[in-house]
Amino acid sequence: MSKTLNLTLKVWRQARAASPGALEIYDVRDISEDMSFLEMLDILNDRLSGEGKEPIAFEHDCREGICGSCGMMINGQAHGPQRGTATCQLHMRKFADGDTIVVEPWRAAAFPVVKDLVVNRSSLDRIVEAGGYITVSAGAAPEANLTPVPKDASDAAFDAAACIGCGACVAACPNSAGQLFTAAKLMHLNLLPQGQPERWQRAENMVDTMEEYFGSCTNHGECEEACPKSISIDYIALMNKDYIKAKRKNRKLSGQR
Amino acid sequence: MDEEDPVAATQQDLSSAPTPVVNGRTKRRSRWPLEFYRSGIGKKWVMAVSGVMLLGYVLFHMLGNLKVYFGAEDLNHYGEWLRELLVPFFPRTVTLWLLRIGLTAAFFLHIHAAYSLTRMNRRATPERYAGGRDYVAANFASRSMRWTGIIVGLYVLFHLADLTWGTANPGYVRGDTYNNLVNSFERWPVAIIYIVANLALGIHIFHGTWSLFQSLGLNNPRFNEWRTTFARGFAALVTVGNLTFPVSVLAGVIEEEPRVREQVQCETGVAPPDLDCAAFEDVEG
Ligand code: HEM
Ligand code: FES
Repeated sequence: MSKTLNLTLKVWRQARAASPGALEIYDVRDISEDMSFLEMLDILNDRLSGEGKEPIAFEHDCREGICGSCGMMINGQAHGPQRGTATCQLHMRKFADGDTIVVEPWRAAAFPVVKDLVVNRSSLDRIVEAGGYITVSAGAAPEANLTPVPKDASDAAFDAAACIGCGACVAACPNSAGQLFTAAKLMHLNLLPQGQPERWQRAENMVDTMEEYFGSCTNHGECEEACPKSISIDYIALMNKDYIKAKRKNRKLSGQR
Repeated sequence: MDEEDPVAATQQDLSSAPTPVVNGRTKRRSRWPLEFYRSGIGKKWVMAVSGVMLLGYVLFHMLGNLKVYFGAEDLNHYGEWLRELLVPFFPRTVTLWLLRIGLTAAFFLHIHAAYSLTRMNRRATPERYAGGRDYVAANFASRSMRWTGIIVGLYVLFHLADLTWGTANPGYVRGDTYNNLVNSFERWPVAIIYIVANLALGIHIFHGTWSLFQSLGLNNPRFNEWRTTFARGFAALVTVGNLTFPVSVLAGVIEEEPRVREQVQCETGVAPPDLDCAAFEDVEG
């Protein structure tokens, strides 16, 4: 038999985007330490439904750390106290019997609350729309060896491409900056040969779009610690470098000074 | 229809939820340095470059002032050397003025960028976490940059009034850097202000010296791990060096040299009537 925990939860409840919200207190009992954090919330929601109350709304899908939908702030840390995992991968054994756990939605001007723990993260989509793609004519897949990729570039691009777009970097940042997300989405293409033709337009467009919604990076490094994929802030420096170059290069490319 | 259906309400919120407007559309299309400076990353770049200029200044300022330990003539002679930099290519004090203008520009650009980025960050973070934050990586230095910056900025003004313009220093004699400094630090409130401001500067440049590599995009696995060590070493060197000055004056290691003061007064024609300047002319001859 695995151990069980009795916990006090303080969960942010907010009925609608426009209505006020507050932390509400719930006692949960006999939680197996082998459960994930989301399973613990499922148990609580079952109980709330049974009592005829509104269950806690939270986003989830894959429950294996790849879809990026399950983000929430747990005891003041994005995705909770465990490094390099999403909330769905966080086990209850990370907590002790009798703990009080505060659960809140991501907070940023760019992430308004939709309901309870669910926030509107469409600002991240706007950034990807601005350049997080390569333009190629669709058709049969090309022969893989036609485009050799240096091993280092492919490794670095792959580490950045691990981003699941959960928004933890923004939630954890004291400035609500979107730098780590944008850098990951930008650099995984800019490091690869396939990303070169649109490299400088991509850098300028994605960063300019990011700055419509988010704060400015002051290099605290909180985002890297919060990231469920442990993406390094080195990518932020690479993005800065590309953006600085892009501002001039794009003018030259378009024949302006 | 007395009670709202929660599912329908959420669906309505979701379907009508536009991406929120936070900073507004990025203004584009003007001369490129302006356009660049309008972006947050451009401002951080300007902050880093002006920061490097200011870092260079605080380092050389500290190193130059170490001459105070070689005595009054040495320090005053160093002050004179600064005025005569690049003479005869430039007339006397021209190089010094060029440096001053550059530093003033860097100072104001640094502050303007800091101010405008702080505004941007305030817009982006309207609400705090009700349960508080548990920081993992952010440290005291990184989180207090705005405060340490303001302390340093105010201190710079006082410092200029004290030792450059002399308006905050009763016994001030232009050209007698050494005695001005000793006079000033003998007043213990001034020494305390100086110590507090230099601790703030040390904290500011510890985070700044690390941060600027990121802002400039200077990132390479070959030196990344050295950036923190470098920031620690640089901040410690400047801070410790600067702190020795008031401590040495208060401990009596550096003392006033009235003879030097009188000589400077005679040479610059501001000697009080009862001072016998002939004695110094003899020494010269
Ligand atoms: C001699 C004086 C100063 C020096 C040597 C200095 C140096 C630096 C450096 C190197 C940075 C890092 C730039 C970057 O991350 O790109 C920085 C950042 C900053 N400075 Fe200063 N600075 C000085 C004065 C000031 C003043 C007077 C203020 C404001 C009133 C100020 C406010 C800031 C702020 C808010 C930051 C941003 C912190 C961040 O982005 O992490 N600084 N400073
Ligand atoms: S539910 Fe998909 S990442 Fe957590």
